[in-house]
Amino acid sequence: MRKYIFKRVIAAIVTVWVLITVVFFLVRLMPGDPFTNPKLTPEVRENMESYYGFDKPLIVQYGNYMVNLLKGDFGYSMKFTNKTVAGIIGETFPFSADLGIRSLVLAVSIGLVLGIVSARNRGKGIDFFCVIVAVLGTSIPDFIMGAVLQYGFGIKWGLLPVARYEGIEYTILPACALAFYTLASVSRIMRASMLEVASQDYIKTARSKGLGEFRITAKHQIRNAIMPVMTVMGPTVASVLTGTFVIESIFAIPGMGKHYVDSVSNNDYSMVLGMTLFYGVFLIICNLVVDILYGVADPRVRIGER
Amino acid sequence: MAENGNILEMKNVVYSFHTYGGEVKAVRDVSFEVRKGEILGIVGESGCGKSVTAQCIMRLNPEPPGFFEGGAIMFNGKNVLEMSKKELRKLRGEDIGFVFQDPMTSLNPTMRVGAQIEEVFLGRTDVTKQEVKEKALEIMKLVGISDVEKRYKQYPHELSGGMKQRVMIAIALVSRPGLVICDEPTTSLDVTIEAQILDLLLELREKLGMSIIMITHDLGVIARMCDRVIVMYGGKIVEKGTVQEIFYDTAHPYTKGLIGSIAKLDTRKGERLQSIEGTPPDLFFPPKGCPFAARCAYAMDVCKDEPPYQYRLSDEHSTNCWLQHEYAPDTDMKKKNAAAIEGKKEGEVKADE
Repeated sequence: MRKYIFKRVIAAIVTVWVLITVVFFLVRLMPGDPFTNPKLTPEVRENMESYYGFDKPLIVQYGNYMVNLLKGDFGYSMKFTNKTVAGIIGETFPFSADLGIRSLVLAVSIGLVLGIVSARNRGKGIDFFCVIVAVLGTSIPDFIMGAVLQYGFGIKWGLLPVARYEGIEYTILPACALAFYTLASVSRIMRASMLEVASQDYIKTARSKGLGEFRITAKHQIRNAIMPVMTVMGPTVASVLTGTFVIESIFAIPGMGKHYVDSVSNNDYSMVLGMTLFYGVFLIICNLVVDILYGVADPRVRIGER
Repeated sequence: MAENGNILEMKNVVYSFHTYGGEVKAVRDVSFEVRKGEILGIVGESGCGKSVTAQCIMRLNPEPPGFFEGGAIMFNGKNVLEMSKKELRKLRGEDIGFVFQDPMTSLNPTMRVGAQIEEVFLGRTDVTKQEVKEKALEIMKLVGISDVEKRYKQYPHELSGGMKQRVMIAIALVSRPGLVICDEPTTSLDVTIEAQILDLLLELREKLGMSIIMITHDLGVIARMCDRVIVMYGGKIVEKGTVQEIFYDTAHPYTKGLIGSIAKLDTRKGERLQSIEGTPPDLFFPPKGCPFAARCAYAMDVCKDEPPYQYRLSDEHSTNCWLQHEYAPDTDMKKKNAAAIEGKKEGEVKADE
């Protein structure tokens, strides 16, 4: 187990290094630079460029960036004066993560239940309902979902606040809007997987032992069916927790999603790199956790236990 | 236990499946009985309805699409078809054990072996947890699993194929049922392991005295294991009798074809194995007459139009074939009552080409 994790960490470090390197050079290829602004006089511009080290050869800039990164310094944002990249992430990530966790809990719990219920009642009305929910969830874009929820619960019935993020009641609508897609895909995958497991021989064995349907589903079917759901959860957790531009914009939530998109359109090099690095590391951690959880669910892929 | 010593009686069972393509008539009017302590073989090629028949007994076929069109299955005098869900669960858990064909896929990969055996006792209040564990360990020893305490805690993927099938047998036997149904228990195992498993089943029958239904397409298994044999074809029983009668006094052309297609040790190099020409009947539209008529070398006009009567040839031996009719032409099939058992060895009898 320890050896396995050590290997994975080494692989992760290499992956992150490649990621940073590629992104570092790619952002430079974008048209313009952070200081493309007609109002700046050439002198000011030159000053800024030398301050950020843009006058040095690219490879030297890369070297400097990597050295700073190893010291844990993500650098300053090139757009927001006097703000470090780490500072911005530190300020905004809690909002995104909070929203993400709420919506994930919602999506996974309801999604699994829907998937299980609909597979158990295949071809009946409830199955039809669940399939419709899944199709709607995967096909309705989140900005429409968000707007519909805002209109219905926020404006028409006035039950919940329309936007901002200032208390528990504020979190409900955006969490639901964000959860819907994940909920739908989890229920779809779980349903398909449950049906596949239902036709396995060991389910028949379980039936031949005189077990009741509830026990068969609970003990034999679900645990074997959950693997495909876990597979998609790695990337899903990473992307949901690190913020989504659309939901955060329409609900006016000060999360990370906005900075993600803005940093690119602003040519904010250090910000793009910092964001990418953060997301990359987060994704790798999520996938590692999923791989370890695989072993918990399925003894066949358990690592290093003898 | 019924008074006549039969643990199970199948009476004119008809079982079909609803599918998109129509109704598949998998089992068509099958009747037989299983006596206490005997091993009954059911033999036939793939798709002849033998597995469906076996699974009918415990109602393991998925229903729907499967359904009974008629008949009765009496287990110890009680009709399985009229059992409540609760009674059915008791039947499966306590009275009948089932050993499936493929031990690789028939054990839950995410559950420990011991737990899978103990599960049989789930919901029973007459045994304590400790007793259940003792029973599990005891049955594991009995089916020849070594180092039971260790195996008890292992997962199926840590066991070999033969060991997994022993676990399956342990599951089937742990509650000491009166009847064990083995659905091709050795088909997916290699031959040395097959021999071990078959010997184990014989040994367990001696020790525990249960009846066994042995489903197979392998006549070698039948010859080795069984007391009586049922030959199935196209969802129907075409011949039944003792092992001796089936092998040495064959009365149905299909049985003869099956026996003839066994590879023999003295088959010379380059010599082709015998086979039965043609394919099994389409069970969406089963033939009106004898299901085997289309492939039968002896077929007469009547065979295609009328289902054959059952002809009794001895106390145990009977066949459903028109060749036994008094007006049928004299063939080697018909003569068999007169002919001595000696002269009827298969392989010597050439089909009258």
